[in-house]
Amino acid sequence: MNQYETVFILTPVLTEEMVVEAVGKFRQVLEVNGAELVHQESWGLKQMAYTIRKKSSGFYHLFEFKGDASLVDKLELEFRRDERILRFLTVSLDKHAVLYNQSRRNPERKSRSKQTQTEPAHDQQ
Amino acid sequence: MISNSFAAIPVKEETRKKYCRFQKSGIKYIDYKDPDFLLRLVNEQGKILPRRLTGTSLKYQRKVSQAIKRARHLALLPYVADGLK
Repeated sequence: MNQYETVFILTPVLTEEMVVEAVGKFRQVLEVNGAELVHQESWGLKQMAYTIRKKSSGFYHLFEFKGDASLVDKLELEFRRDERILRFLTVSLDKHAVLYNQSRRNPERKSRSKQTQTEPAHDQQ
Repeated sequence: MISNSFAAIPVKEETRKKYCRFQKSGIKYIDYKDPDFLLRLVNEQGKILPRRLTGTSLKYQRKVSQAIKRARHLALLPYVADGLK
């Protein structure tokens, strides 16, 4: 049961509820295959650094979940099938990454808060 | 006639000791989803800064390059850019 993190980009031409419906569909794929969704985040409509399929912006969405390896292939199969998805990236998280994500989610916890880079840079140098 | 080769000796400007900023500030994980932090590790054209300039250790340079390549895949960072900063 290792921890994964998936970021995927939806095409910008979708309306709001189509985005929610698409995200729900992929959450469904996760739950059906017995994954535990740890965290979910939406970065909304974001400008992309370069155009993908003639589009220069997209709805970014993040899933962080626990599951076994075969689950990831099923999820990515769904991503490949769905034509609304411009791009996706699944990453397995090691212990530092898991710690980093936790400390980012509740920064007020005093667990090595200098771990996160989101603090202003001056205290790092 | 001995040619005066003293001009060939480069003037040794004082180079301060480079250090790995990740070991110094105790950062253990470089997040590929955080483009503003990654922008500091990339030059004007979006290329990854080499270790000889930044002084980062090999272990963290690999993590940096992997994070930057993932960010590029997700279009958070451009592959090629001019005047990125």
